[in-house]
Amino acid sequence: MPPGVESNIMMRSRLVAQRLAALFLLGCLLFNFPLLALFNRDGEVLGIPLLYAYIFGAWLALIALMALAAERGGRQ
Amino acid sequence: MLQGWVVVVVSFAYLGVLFAIAYWADRRADGGRSVIASPTVYALSLAVYCTTWTFYGSVGRAAATGIGFLPIYLGPTLMLALGWFVLRKMVRVAKANRITSIADFVASRYGKSQLLGGLVTVIAVVGVIPYIALQLKAVSNSFTILIHYPEIIMPAKAGTAPLLQDSAFYVAIILAVFTILFGTRHMDATERHEGMVAAIAFESVIKLLAFFVVGAFVTYGIYDGFADVFDRAQASTRLSALMTTRDSAAGYGSWAALTFLSMLSVLLLPRQFQIAVVENVDESHVRRAVWLFPLYLFLINIFVLPIAIGGLLRFPTGVDADTFVLTLPMAHHEQTIALLVFIGGLSAATGMVIVETIALSTMVCNDLVMPALLRARARALHARQDLSGLLLGIRRWAIGIIVLLGYIYFRAAGEAYALVSIGLISFAAVAQFAPAVIGGLYWKGGTREGALAGLLAGFAVWSYTLLLPSFAKSGWLPGEFMTGGLFGIEMLRPQQMFGLQGLDEITHCLLWSLLANIGAYLGISLVRMPNAAEASQATLFVDAKERDSVAAWRGGAAVAELLPLASRFLGPERAREAFERHARDRGLGRVDDLPADARLAQFAEGLLAGAIGSASARVMVASQVQEEPLGLDEVMNILDEASQVRAYSRELEEKSLELEQATAELRAANAQLRELDRMKDDFISTVSHELRTPLTSIRAFSEMLLDDPDIDLDERKRFLGIIVGEAGRLSRLINQILDMAKLESGRAEWTTESVDLPAVVGASVESLGQMFRDKGVEVGIDLLAGPVKVFADRDRLTQVMINLLSNAQKFVPDEGGCVSVVVRREGNSVLVAVNDNGPGIATEDRELVFEKFRQGGSVLTDKPHGTGLGLPISRQIIEYFGGRLWVESAPGRGATFQFMLPIHDESAPST
Repeated sequence: MPPGVESNIMMRSRLVAQRLAALFLLGCLLFNFPLLALFNRDGEVLGIPLLYAYIFGAWLALIALMALAAERGGRQ
Repeated sequence: MLQGWVVVVVSFAYLGVLFAIAYWADRRADGGRSVIASPTVYALSLAVYCTTWTFYGSVGRAAATGIGFLPIYLGPTLMLALGWFVLRKMVRVAKANRITSIADFVASRYGKSQLLGGLVTVIAVVGVIPYIALQLKAVSNSFTILIHYPEIIMPAKAGTAPLLQDSAFYVAIILAVFTILFGTRHMDATERHEGMVAAIAFESVIKLLAFFVVGAFVTYGIYDGFADVFDRAQASTRLSALMTTRDSAAGYGSWAALTFLSMLSVLLLPRQFQIAVVENVDESHVRRAVWLFPLYLFLINIFVLPIAIGGLLRFPTGVDADTFVLTLPMAHHEQTIALLVFIGGLSAATGMVIVETIALSTMVCNDLVMPALLRARARALHARQDLSGLLLGIRRWAIGIIVLLGYIYFRAAGEAYALVSIGLISFAAVAQFAPAVIGGLYWKGGTREGALAGLLAGFAVWSYTLLLPSFAKSGWLPGEFMTGGLFGIEMLRPQQMFGLQGLDEITHCLLWSLLANIGAYLGISLVRMPNAAEASQATLFVDAKERDSVAAWRGGAAVAELLPLASRFLGPERAREAFERHARDRGLGRVDDLPADARLAQFAEGLLAGAIGSASARVMVASQVQEEPLGLDEVMNILDEASQVRAYSRELEEKSLELEQATAELRAANAQLRELDRMKDDFISTVSHELRTPLTSIRAFSEMLLDDPDIDLDERKRFLGIIVGEAGRLSRLINQILDMAKLESGRAEWTTESVDLPAVVGASVESLGQMFRDKGVEVGIDLLAGPVKVFADRDRLTQVMINLLSNAQKFVPDEGGCVSVVVRREGNSVLVAVNDNGPGIATEDRELVFEKFRQGGSVLTDKPHGTGLGLPISRQIIEYFGGRLWVESAPGRGATFQFMLPIHDESAPST
């Protein structure tokens, strides 16, 4: 393997790591006070209580981003 | 349909299916077509995280606290985002070091310490027992409820039924036997269980499927979708409170604490470590697990709330919320769904118990029993030929005892807590591994004592603030210490330590135990430097990226010793196979060809580590290896940082030495410059003095002539003669100074050629003949007959001769002065000597006369006879032509100035 390709892979792997670390921080932010408190009140989204809609929505979005970061980043 | 025997038969059929899957997967693995070599199977097997706690307990927790069940699943989601760093690194380290369990991991990290491995094992066993009790409680309760169909009757309180009528007792026995049959069928050198992993992945599918079915049934069968369920909940004041969470610092604090706790647990629970790290077949599988496992957690939680709300609406009182998953379909007479739910719960429980007890039994065997046996009964063990049977026996007993302990805990404390609360006690226990494990992966400074102190402190605080209170709450321990504190000290109340109030018991325990743990780990580690063994392991763990293994053995052992050793633990066949593979890897045809080197010892240690753990393997191999002592250089190499520091300081030392040398040279140069400067000053002052002397007399006599017109003619003539003489001396002096300066600066012009030296000497004597005659000096001359050639400048040689001759003429006495000139050959040189019969030169003055402006005799009494530059100039000239000029003399007997020049051989090529 030529050195350029190898370092390219290294760089990309590092990029994946950084993206996932950023998503970890994002998750810590989304699922904690004070952002959580913003949604901790009465209200509904499509018939679902606001707090549940927020947590499950954010959770799914986070998983989708993690999938994108982990699978796409390393394969290109 | 749901009679007891039907449920029992279906349960056993399900367990049979698990067996079949495991068997099939093992077969495929032996055939080289592994089913678990798939990232999806890896991610699914990670879902062993979801036990009956998730399956039954989440709904119970949701019914009590609303979203309070979620942190347990958000934490792992966050941890998997970090999994790219932490999990992959753990996998890499574990593979490189053949780690078989979390106890092995910690023991190996801190210098292969058996004590540490044992301590981690004890903490893991004690900590996880409540968790196993939880599974027993869930399965036995669900079984009891199910067989009472169509009535919905809550089971009797745990511990009240006699032993033989307690369904939990039978569940415990069946699970123990099943796990023993399932997990310890044979000894595996790598401690990996392909069949088990495949079965666990299958169980993950079953429990998710069962939960989905019941969730969909409640949401869409009983009610009209999510919105309908939540609408009904909003209508009830009791239920609408569940739609938001406690809006207080303690509420959010507890939420964050549970998230953090589950983050740690998803890596550090013995079963999670087993599945995620030990059973991992390929590091790259982590890539898919990063998102697939969180997605699994997401899916299994979607229907938790609708089921909880449905349960609360259907059973306002009298039914435990932990059983809603089962009782809701039963209440609607959906027997198939109820049975499926039971199987789902069973799969959640069996998955947990199988992996957890296998992991724990491995730890008990490798890190607790074997080290003790090796120590206590080493001789008896050495006598046994095949120890693999012994190892399997120890593991089977360990599984049985662990499940039994779980049952005892269930009888003791099972009823005091909901499912989730029991599980959290275990979570808090394994969180104590975090500083030693995570710290050990990223910090090289941790020492064995530090890890021991941290684990002990954390475990002690956990026991006091969480385990003992759980006994007290169920009446097994007197409750006084709960309310009054230990020894009646209020500050030591287990769940309000030091008066800290307002936290739930888990957050409270987590805070104090991790504080003690991390504090002790860091504090004690920092007491001393890591020793060589710790430092070398620290390098292997922390720098896992850079290198994968280091040949730590410094001696070898022969195949004849290592093969029987391995055979005893692995069985002869497997050991033989492994050694043959190793021989092939090294390009050798036969096992017996393997050299007795460190690499073979390393291989054997790795092989044994798979079976009996790294610490025990080290001891076993060490008994066979003739190890050379660790040399100072190697210790330095191992202590990577230390050697870097050493190299750096050596460099510094060199630099400062260079600097010192340069300084010394500069100082010397400076001193030389000062000396030269001083000499220049001396020279100038001397020259000025020498110039002033003739100038003064010229001026004095000229003034006398000018001032006094009456001086008679003779007197005038005498004065003018002096003036002319002094003027001549002055101009000679100036010429000689210029000459000297030219010679010294190397700018003199030379016309070098082959010169006949006797001829030059003769001509010089002749040219001064009138002067000698005037003074009445007799001149003797003794020249060589033929020409003798030297390579020189004719005029300069004449200058030297005239200098020497006039010098001699100056010092001879006025009466009977005599000067003789001799030229003779001396080997390859020619010698010219000019002798006088003057006063001679004192020994101490002989070199002084060649210094500038120095003259023979007393400076004070004798009037100067020359410029004081003639001899120095002559010496310079002679030395320029490769000869030397010196004087021989004795006071009172005249002086002989002589010089020697190399004869120029004209046949030789001139250079």
